[in-house]
Amino acid sequence: MYGWGILKGLGVTLKHFVETFWDDLRWLGKRYFNEEALAVRQGTKARGIFTVQYPEEKLTLPEEFRTIPFLVYELDEHGEKQYRCTACGICSKVCPPQCIWIQRSTDPETGRPVPSPIEFSIDIDMCMNCGFCAEFCPFDAIKMDHDFELSSYDRQATHIYNKEQLSKPVSYYASIRPTNYAREEEARAAKAKSKAEKATG
Amino acid sequence: MPETLDNPEVPVPEELKGQVKITTLDRIYNWGRRSSVWPMMFGLACCGIEMIAAAASRYDLARFGMEIMRPSPRQTDLIIVSGTVTKKMLPQIIRLYNQMPEPKYVVAMGACACGGGPFKEGYSVVSGIDKFLPVDVYIPGCPPTPQALLHGLITLQKKIDKQSIRKVKWYQKHESREVPVPLLGPDLIDPRDFPELEECEPSES
Amino acid sequence: MQSGAEGACVIQGTGHGMSEPSKQIIHDAVETLTSRFTDSVKPDERQGYSGLLVDPQKLVEFATVLRDELGYDYLSSVTGVDYLPDGMMEVVYHAYRTAGGAALVFKAQTPREDAVVPSLVPIYPGADLQEREAWDLFGIHFAEHPDLRRILTWEGFHGHPLRKDWKEAYFEEDAKPFDIRWPDGKAIRVEDSTQYRKNVSYPSEFTLDGWVPEGDTLLYAGMGDVQASDGNGDDIATDTIIVNLGPQHPSTHGVFRMVAELDGETIVDLKPVMGYLHRNHEKIGERNTFLMNMPFTDRLDYICSMGNNFGYALAVEQLMGIRPPERAEYIRVMMAELTRILNHIWAIGFLLNDLGAYFTPALYVIKERELILDIFEAVSGSRMMCNYFRFGGVARDLPEGVIEKVHDLVYERLPRHLDELDAYLVQNEIVRARLIDVGVLPAEQAIAYSAAGPVLRASGVPYDVRRADPYSIYDRFDFDVAMRPNGDSYDRFLIRLDEAHQSLRILRQVLRDIPEGEIQTGKPRHQVRVPAGESYGRVENPKGELGYYVVSNGTPNPWRYHVRATSFINLSALGEMCKGHKVADVVAILGSLDIVLGEVDR
Repeated sequence: MYGWGILKGLGVTLKHFVETFWDDLRWLGKRYFNEEALAVRQGTKARGIFTVQYPEEKLTLPEEFRTIPFLVYELDEHGEKQYRCTACGICSKVCPPQCIWIQRSTDPETGRPVPSPIEFSIDIDMCMNCGFCAEFCPFDAIKMDHDFELSSYDRQATHIYNKEQLSKPVSYYASIRPTNYAREEEARAAKAKSKAEKATG
Repeated sequence: MPETLDNPEVPVPEELKGQVKITTLDRIYNWGRRSSVWPMMFGLACCGIEMIAAAASRYDLARFGMEIMRPSPRQTDLIIVSGTVTKKMLPQIIRLYNQMPEPKYVVAMGACACGGGPFKEGYSVVSGIDKFLPVDVYIPGCPPTPQALLHGLITLQKKIDKQSIRKVKWYQKHESREVPVPLLGPDLIDPRDFPELEECEPSES
Repeated sequence: MQSGAEGACVIQGTGHGMSEPSKQIIHDAVETLTSRFTDSVKPDERQGYSGLLVDPQKLVEFATVLRDELGYDYLSSVTGVDYLPDGMMEVVYHAYRTAGGAALVFKAQTPREDAVVPSLVPIYPGADLQEREAWDLFGIHFAEHPDLRRILTWEGFHGHPLRKDWKEAYFEEDAKPFDIRWPDGKAIRVEDSTQYRKNVSYPSEFTLDGWVPEGDTLLYAGMGDVQASDGNGDDIATDTIIVNLGPQHPSTHGVFRMVAELDGETIVDLKPVMGYLHRNHEKIGERNTFLMNMPFTDRLDYICSMGNNFGYALAVEQLMGIRPPERAEYIRVMMAELTRILNHIWAIGFLLNDLGAYFTPALYVIKERELILDIFEAVSGSRMMCNYFRFGGVARDLPEGVIEKVHDLVYERLPRHLDELDAYLVQNEIVRARLIDVGVLPAEQAIAYSAAGPVLRASGVPYDVRRADPYSIYDRFDFDVAMRPNGDSYDRFLIRLDEAHQSLRILRQVLRDIPEGEIQTGKPRHQVRVPAGESYGRVENPKGELGYYVVSNGTPNPWRYHVRATSFINLSALGEMCKGHKVADVVAILGSLDIVLGEVDR
């Protein structure tokens, strides 16, 4: 019959249409703004309306999610920021669009390089969010952020991030990437232990 | 109605609160505009795909009154420069912008449109659409996820909310926002550079 | 193969690799050619190189023998290499037999200053756009080429950018990493240090007086001549008119432009115009280190970044002589096949969009695509720009829960979705009326124009790199090479459903067999040592054969990095396919070719 194919197609559309109401009923009005429902709604078993009501609710970001990099610091007993970065320059060398600039400190007396950065800048208008800097950093000092809400009205003044803007505490890192953090801390502890053993033995 | 519509400076008697709303012309005008921003159906590169994704069912631009993407610039309020702007494409982008009716907004989506992005060093890439168009909102990211784009559009709505009919450029006399269309010569030639180009003997850099 | 259309036809898979016999075939062909052309053909004996060096004088004759007598009917890739220290330009050709097997590589060398090579368009029409690209970017003149114009830059552009001595406005250094970044890096914007504060430079002799932009005169040359009417009874002479579609057009899938010459509403001639998204991928790629190119490949065909990673990783691994561990191979195949499904449903959705179904079919497919993207995001950290493959492995192991999710998708969600698409579209009378017998590309033409992927297979040529020249571990899987016989837009639509089903089949085997273990050969390194030589890594990307031609001279940066972009070469046949059809059909034909502009223009 001519037109049967179209009718069959419209049947599919109708099915989708009905499914949305069916799923609403199933959740008894608790379909939105509900963590549990969001997980089901966005998972592989999702039926019905697929929308995530951003900004009120946000998609759960996977641990590996990456936007722009940030520098990890730890607070020491005086409340000073202790950067893990040693200004070794690997991140700036591995960066594909070359958007990382690092200024290494030098000892004012000897003129020798000191393993810490005076300034660390990333031009986020060039950064391609590839994650190489974080991947190849031997000191776990630079990591990829989860914060994607970065829109601004101006870029000339703000889009080259300096060290201050890039800094985030290690607790923040632990909160966005718990598994990676736990694994790395373990490795660091093991390394420190073997180093200590070597020093004593 | 969103609460921003109420004008808190004018006291409304208690008994009328259910029936009367007082607002300003600016607020109601901005409310109308910010809730029906029609973007141009205009994708340049990778970010364009994320823009399509943002318009689709998961992120649903319709919730912001932005689902009507028009391919014709004459019917749009917003151009989302979504992707790498190349020198060859630039004249067309400028022409599209010039054809849009006022009031019009420009969103630079992604690192490339903001400042050239990872391809900045290349010979045929424009380092940021803001060299030519007045950008209202920059959305960094490569590419920004659809949620980041939505955040950018919300940021744009906030900007619209703050505008005032008396001050906006498009109601000023003798104020033209037309951008001169660049030409393609041995390299991109911006008409605004003509004086400089004629003045000094150009040299290869 | 449950799509209900008539004419479905598949070749039963054998599941065997064919590297040994194919080596023999190559060897025989080389023997024949060197004995036939004793003076003008000799083996390329540079360290790490292979193939034949052909005297440009004899190139056309050589190619004719190659195609007609030895069966190398498919010219995959044509590109130039600038050997600046030797003062020589080389044109590199990769030819295949559609019967299967490895590439026969042949090269023609010509002096740099006066680079002329005969055009192979008369023998392999698929060389058309690629030769124009080599002319545009290298300044190699292809004698007798029917339409040698610039293609990625514009007419009037100064110089040929991929020549090694050509420098752009923002030039910093020949190779990355740049010295000013570390240890004394003070962030600047590079435009602040150039004369016009923009990314422009002009030749020293250029002045504005008397300068006229060249515009599109060359493009329009030969189009729009006055024609007599075709004798419909009235003898009124009618003009053909020229219509530009794009670069800003909702159905060109990006910034693509077509110039159509119309007689009434019928296409008389149609020329693709590209370059509106030319992002200097290759120029940047030659400045990058080997690893740095990986995230850039994501941005080629930005719908299928995993597939792009795959090809590039293969090309460099060939040079390095390493192979990834088992688990990594399986993960790679899993990602590549998920990408294929994702790309094909996306292509179908947007083909329907182009046909005027507006957004509904696209919305349904985007929903499924989002679920696949969730997997990519969990695995690699980014939805689209995955940057997941590394030389000798993948970046990280699959996080917890991913296998289960893939399992759900492969066994439940995606088969259901494909069946739904089948019920939704395949028998739809409007879809059939708009697609059947529209844009027919016969098998011989598809081969001649070097069409690849679903476009080639929908024309009745069962050529799939995964089967014809297996890479990675594809020789282990049991799958059919989808094929459709008619070569029209409808077949190109159906074959995407077929291939998605086959991908599901491969994915089921991957899920069954994936072993535990390492995901990286050796320690992950950011500076890889790549021995001097050339390599051509090719994969069956969803859109067709994607090849990377990489030349290393032993330094940390590739000397030449070329991408054989499927979407770009598939456009060679567009003009032929559109002739005689109506304007509205052009949109359907283009939609059924499934191009992506990041790959067309690179």
